[in-house]
Parts: sequence; C-alpha cells; structure tokens
Amino acid sequence: MMTNEELKNALTELLPNAVFEEGGEWVNLFVEAADWKASAQKLRSWESGPFNFMFCLTCVDWKTHFTMVYHLRSTTTLDNIVVKVKLDRSNPEIATVSDIWRTAELLEREVYDLFGVQFLEHPDLRRLLLTDDWVGYPLRKDYEDPINMIKL
Amino acid sequence: MVEEIGKTVEGDLVINVGPQHPATHGVLHLVITLNGETIKKVEPHLGYIHRSIEKMCESLSYRQFIYTTSRMDYLSAHINNHACALCVEKGLQIEVPERAQVIRVLMDELTRIASHELWWGAMAMDLGAFTPFFHAFRERETINDIMEETCGARLTMNYMVPGGVMADLHPNFQSRVKNFLQLYKRKIHEYDELVTGNIIFQNRMKGVGYLSPEDVISYGVTGPAGRGSGVSCDVRKLYPYEIYSKLQFDEVLETAGDSFARYMVRLREMQQSIRIVEQLIDNIPDGEYQAKTKAVLKLPKGEFYQRVETARGELGVYIVSEGGTTPYRIKFRSPGFSNLSALDHMTRGEKLGDLVASMGTLDLVIPDIDR
Repeated sequence: MMTNEELKNALTELLPNAVFEEGGEWVNLFVEAADWKASAQKLRSWESGPFNFMFCLTCVDWKTHFTMVYHLRSTTTLDNIVVKVKLDRSNPEIATVSDIWRTAELLEREVYDLFGVQFLEHPDLRRLLLTDDWVGYPLRKDYEDPINMIKL
Repeated sequence: MVEEIGKTVEGDLVINVGPQHPATHGVLHLVITLNGETIKKVEPHLGYIHRSIEKMCESLSYRQFIYTTSRMDYLSAHINNHACALCVEKGLQIEVPERAQVIRVLMDELTRIASHELWWGAMAMDLGAFTPFFHAFRERETINDIMEETCGARLTMNYMVPGGVMADLHPNFQSRVKNFLQLYKRKIHEYDELVTGNIIFQNRMKGVGYLSPEDVISYGVTGPAGRGSGVSCDVRKLYPYEIYSKLQFDEVLETAGDSFARYMVRLREMQQSIRIVEQLIDNIPDGEYQAKTKAVLKLPKGEFYQRVETARGELGVYIVSEGGTTPYRIKFRSPGFSNLSALDHMTRGEKLGDLVASMGTLDLVIPDIDR
C-alpha cells in the first residue's frame, strides 16, 4: 500500500489533467466529464496496481451541479482512490463505464433512476427501482412528492 | 417493459420468477429468457420494497438515521448499525471505550452465525430438503434469545450507537453465550451429515453457477460469494476496523468458484466466528459501554466512508456532510446489490433448475438490495 502522497505523485504522471482535492481519508481527484472514459481505462489497466474493483458508485446533488463519485480500489495493492466528475445539472451526461467495471451497469441504472444522469452508450439504461412511468428523480434536492412522504 | 409471460421472441420463452416466489426469499422479480430449459438471460426487476432510505436519512439526525439501516439487511442488523456508528465516529473522532468495542465485535459475530444459520436452512429448503431448516433454527433461536435479552429486540436490534452501545450487557449474557457455544459444538456435525455429504445435494451444487476470480472483481462481488472463487475480500482482514486486527481468525477461501464452494465458505466461516466469540467471551473488559458524546452530533464538513464485513459482504456507508446536524447525502453500498449484478452472468447457459442453487448461494436479502 502506498501513502496518499506517493499515490498522488504516481497518479499525477498517469493522469496529468486530474485536479486533486485536499482532505479526506483517500486520494480525491477530479477529472473532466469528457476525459472520464479515457481516464477510467488508464486507471483500470494501470501497471503499478490496476484499480480493478469499483466498490461504490454514486452521485451527489450540489444544487448548482452534480458530482459523480467513483470509489475504486486495487485488489493487488489495496490502494483506494475516489474519482469525481462534475456534471452540468441541466443536462447531466457522462460516458458509461459498465464495459470497464461490469458492476457499474446496475449501479449506473440506479443513479439514472434516482438522479436522472444520462449514461452515454449504457447497454440498458432504464429505471431500476421506480416504476417506468415515475415522474422526477427523487434524490435530487429539489424533488417534491406530495403523496409519498420521503422528507420527514 | 416486460414481455408477456409465454410470449415467444424468436423462439424464446420469457418467464417471471417472483416477485412472490418461495425461492427468492423476498420480493425479487426475475424476468428469465429461456431457450427450452437453458437460461439465455436473467434480468432482475427491483424496487418492490424500495423505501428510499437514502433520501429519508437526509432529514434524520446522526443519531436517528442508524435505525433505518437495521431495516436494510435485517439479518445483519447489528453490523449495519456498526458501520454507521463507525462512520459517524470517524467524522467526530470519538474514542470508543474498549468494553464497547468488544461487545460490538461479539454481537457482530453472533449475528454472522445467526445469518449463516438461516441461510443454510433456507438454502437446503430451496433444494428440496425441508428438515435442515428446523435444525438451523434450533441454534439460531438461541442467538435471537441472547440478543433479545440484551438489546430488547430479536431482529432489528438498534443496539450500536455513535460512541459505543446503547445499554450494558445483560448479566446472563456470558453464561448464555457459553451455553450456545456448547450446543453449537454438539450439533454442528449434523450439518455435514444432513446436507454437506449428501450426494444429491453435492450433485446439484458442484459446477453450478461458476464465477471466475476476474468476474468476481469486475462485478464487485464480495463476502462469501467472492471468497468462494478464491478472491480475498474480507474487510475484517484487508482493512481491519474495531479490534479485528488483534483477533485470531482465518479468512476462509475456496477456489472452485461454484455454488458448492460458496456453500463451504459459509459453513467454515461459522467456525471462524465461533473462534472469535470464544476468544472474547471471557475477556470482556470492565469500564464504560458508551463514550461521552454531545446530545446533538454535528459532523464536520467533508466526506466520510466506512466499510465493514456483513454476513453477505462489504457494506459501505458514505456520508457527505455540510457541517449540519443531518447528513447532506448518504449512500449505502450494499453487498447484495453488487452480488445480484453477477447473477445474470453466472447463470447464462445453465438450466433453469440450477438457478435456485446459484441464487441461494449468493444469499440475497432483498431489502438490502432495494434499500
């Protein structure tokens, strides 16, 4: 296992365009939405310890924008990183990574269902938990539902 | 959305298993495309028990939200609560008293045994053996009684709180756990005699639902399902929390990757949990069972992630805090969700009758998947 500082230096070489965020338990880095697919492939096949295990994929609504959060770890070196991608809130679009980490297929469907993020070239992007005719995306901060009580 | 039952698409038959089906152990709906008896595709339809726990948590305080998590994986309620408590403690940098740590680990391991017991009984029942269910419940009830005495509940215990545990152990706790250990050791050979060694059972499990180590990693499969393919993924060993680094126990690994390997992992894991309980039951330190904490908890601005090993795999709690009294966003990385995502891959090309064996050894708990 590398220290966060070592990992950060190594990742700067791998992803020169990534912006690192201070704080947090693990190395946090931001990549541009347009670079995400290429960065993901580099991380997955990194020689120093491929980040082959995606253990969490989610989205956070910051009211001004969305942030996709990908938690990755390497099963060989046991290093963890968090990759974040900022998305435009009015038109959230990002490339799918379900072909790189197969677990992402279902996780991305969940994010699509609850946040309305469009995953480009996803093999089967449909609602997962809610019914097909559901209106709105419940985990967005401005979602209101007068019938089903989800805010206490 | 769903093709009608019996409607053929290029000669295929599409059938629905669930949402009400005894083998899905809950409201899981699988749409299965068949060619004759051979499975071409398994498509899970989720959400029948979706309660939007993550949204609810956004308006609950850091003391309150933990109670909703007992309702996710209700067979690992203690361990879910444990993960949340650890995550909040990480954010607030609370030092948990040693007594509380030991109690927590004891409860976790008893929960794991109880969960695997239930799985074992249900697994055998899925494959047509009814009696093992009663044998499994004989031991499991003993654990539930112990839980009831100390925590006040048998299933949704809500016993672990930020800073420690909610109440001290019941005076009978140690003696009852020791009685359980004796009972368990006296009876455990019956498990192998009744089920494991049964040739019909073995034939239905061996070579069924194969998952390669690469698939395990790609699909994010964790817990006994991942270790059945030889992938080391026990959070207690890889990223030790609480006092696990000081305890003597082995990570159980099998390499065959089929249903029988996953079955054996769980059976052997129960023995390891017994080992942990034996190490701790006579060594519960005296002292406080809960650290002194403020009445209103406020996590500093930032992001906190904590993972633990539940009976089904790796549970992650991801809290995004804006510094207020409620979380800004919470995400639960549930083990069942990722394990389920591999079901389609592992059953393709196999017979419909084998689906139940594959699904059973994934040990799916539906409220954990839907949340």
